[in-house]
Amino acid sequence: MNTSLEFLLLLAGCTIVTLLPRVLPFILVRNFTISKPIEKWLSYIPICIFTGLIVESLFTKTTSGLAANWTVLAAAIPTCLIAIITRSLLTTVLVGVFSMALIRSFF
Amino acid sequence: METLDSIAKATSSPPTFFDGVKDCIPTLLGYISIGIAMGIVGSSSGLSIFKILLLSIFVYAGAAQFIICAMIAASSPISAIVLTTFIVNLRHLLLSSAIAPMFTAYSLRKNIAFGSLLTDESFGVAIVKAAKNYPINDKWMNGLNVTAYIVWIFSCTLGGYLGGWFPNPEILGFDYALTAMFIALLILQLQSIEHTKLKHYLLLMLLMMICTLIFSAFISSSLAVIISTIIVATVGVVTDK
Repeated sequence: MNTSLEFLLLLAGCTIVTLLPRVLPFILVRNFTISKPIEKWLSYIPICIFTGLIVESLFTKTTSGLAANWTVLAAAIPTCLIAIITRSLLTTVLVGVFSMALIRSFF
Repeated sequence: METLDSIAKATSSPPTFFDGVKDCIPTLLGYISIGIAMGIVGSSSGLSIFKILLLSIFVYAGAAQFIICAMIAASSPISAIVLTTFIVNLRHLLLSSAIAPMFTAYSLRKNIAFGSLLTDESFGVAIVKAAKNYPINDKWMNGLNVTAYIVWIFSCTLGGYLGGWFPNPEILGFDYALTAMFIALLILQLQSIEHTKLKHYLLLMLLMMICTLIFSAFISSSLAVIISTIIVATVGVVTDK
């Protein structure tokens, strides 16, 4: 990014493409009533997206295919257990980060 | 420490802006660590602190900001960076669609504000609350969103300052905060589901894992998550009894 103008163009473009997917449903949903099947469909979104995002972080794309991120896989085990036991977001994140730091200090 | 079980108790008076702020606290470590890491990456990509500040104010999306920095460092054309940002953030279309029906009673201006500040984390906190019949309202949502927004901008900028002399932030495990949060949000969501439906959801998660992995081999992982979600949510509706 050499010039400020280039950066501003980039910033404007990225702002628009980030804002649209976030805001449009909030505007559209006001003018439509959501049918039961769509409502049902939307109720599966959180579980699906979070599962997808977790899987995405467990693997890295390489030229020869997908490679497992072993440290992330290892840290995910205590993270899951703590989440199930404590049901607390904060405790889970803290224990997760601590486990990762511990794992990285050994490998 | 507030666990999500204590929500049920607070049903008498409507939640305030400050309740939203409090409910944001568990996610802050994620925003702070990812934000600082983002600022460091931005500064190592040659961005000034002011540009990092502008990115976090206007784009306000962790994964997208990392990719923007990486592509700037690789001298990618603006069109390619904007397109990639669009793909990475397209999942918000699904998140917004899932949460927007809760807010139709509020004005258009308020709805635009809710949408503009929606993140994976704020969505996750709100949807877990809603699943536990917490009476979500505009003040609570603004408290949750504005707190995250301010902390994110501050953290990215701080990262920009630290960029010059801070060692690799990965070594401390902070980059894992985001994954840990997604795991926590997923499990909290599962724990709010009726027991009779749990097996159905677990099978859908398994299908989601398989789909994401298969699609990731052919397309970008961000697109793989979006397409898999659309497919698996549809399978969920069809197989629901």
